[in-house]
Amino acid sequence: MIIRARGLVKRFGAKRVLDGLDLDVERGGFLLVTGPNGSGKTTLLRLIAGLLVPTAGELDVDAERSDLGFLAHEPLVYRELTALENLQLFARLYRVPEARERVGMLLERFGLWEVRNERASSFSRGMLQRLALCRTFLHQPSLLLLDEPYNALDASGAELLDRELAAHAGTYVVATHDQQRLAPLATQRLAFA
Amino acid sequence: MRRYAADVTALARKDLLLELRARDTLPAMLLFVVAALVIFHFALPAGSGRLAGLGLLWVAIVFTALLGLTRTFVAEREQGVLDALVLAPSDRSAIWLGKAIAAFAFLGLAELVALPAFAIFFSGIGGATVVGVALADVGICTVGVLFAAMALATRARELLLPVLFLPAAVPIVVGGVGASVTEEPARYLLFLALYDGVFALLAWASFEYVIVE
Repeated sequence: MIIRARGLVKRFGAKRVLDGLDLDVERGGFLLVTGPNGSGKTTLLRLIAGLLVPTAGELDVDAERSDLGFLAHEPLVYRELTALENLQLFARLYRVPEARERVGMLLERFGLWEVRNERASSFSRGMLQRLALCRTFLHQPSLLLLDEPYNALDASGAELLDRELAAHAGTYVVATHDQQRLAPLATQRLAFA
Repeated sequence: MRRYAADVTALARKDLLLELRARDTLPAMLLFVVAALVIFHFALPAGSGRLAGLGLLWVAIVFTALLGLTRTFVAEREQGVLDALVLAPSDRSAIWLGKAIAAFAFLGLAELVALPAFAIFFSGIGGATVVGVALADVGICTVGVLFAAMALATRARELLLPVLFLPAAVPIVVGGVGASVTEEPARYLLFLALYDGVFALLAWASFEYVIVE
């Protein structure tokens, strides 16, 4: 198991967001997490990423930080840096081998090569999502935590992501409202009420 | 060690680049410190003497630094990038050191204007004061960035940072004013260097625990 949770509880003040969750995710599995807004999908992803600490229960994630690819609601990129500068910064921090080629290939693949020297502040929400996907896949992570990955993507962007998901081997935990699109890839489902 | 240095360099360079493009921290610091010195010049009664002026220089430096420190994590907070930095496999203290270096650069640039302005409005500045200011800047930035990270997690961050930072800046002011006004500044400069060393070590070691929930 790459992820194992037993009796996982997360509270924010008086609000109990996760209440005794048990979860096993096998290496190479694809967990589809669904549920209404505020049901705990994002909290679960942030707990797995180590960005939050459980209030109670056990959570074991058999992965290093360098193995994690995290796509959040926000693109997690600097708006005043260009697309290229953002990816070069994270390539440096993630020690991506042959970073220049990898960054160029991802920008090309996600349709951002032509705007690579433009600041992210000039990007549309969809372009920011593409840049966020480039950042997420940059270091070829083996455990991908994706929060609404199709958010703001147009049809061509969604197709690019479909292809990337199909091509990139790894364990996926994906929180989404768009169940049907990802249903063929899912090996497990977790539905929050 | 080389990787750590490269990470720190990349993070500090990023902050300098962001400021170069956004230009929202340094101009404010420059305006603030010059305005403060002008106000002090007119507020101080005639004949108050050199010592009073030097004391006010340190007040201006500490509050200018505080102004810059409140902006330390603005880009990360507004754009949520801190999560991405925290998840990167580099040592998390590199985030602190990169920020401290950038804050030191901004404060140093503000002082490049402030010290000559002080000489115009009040009196000349000795070498010991300049060394004292440089040593104080190290302490201000190392401690200030740590407190800025602590304040980041709270809703009342604009209030919390001054509440945390100003008491910690008291020894810096004591050392800085002492180095500026005494005939034998060595022990005050040594005190500032010791403060820098101790608090830099504490901030470096504790940053990881501050930055995650």
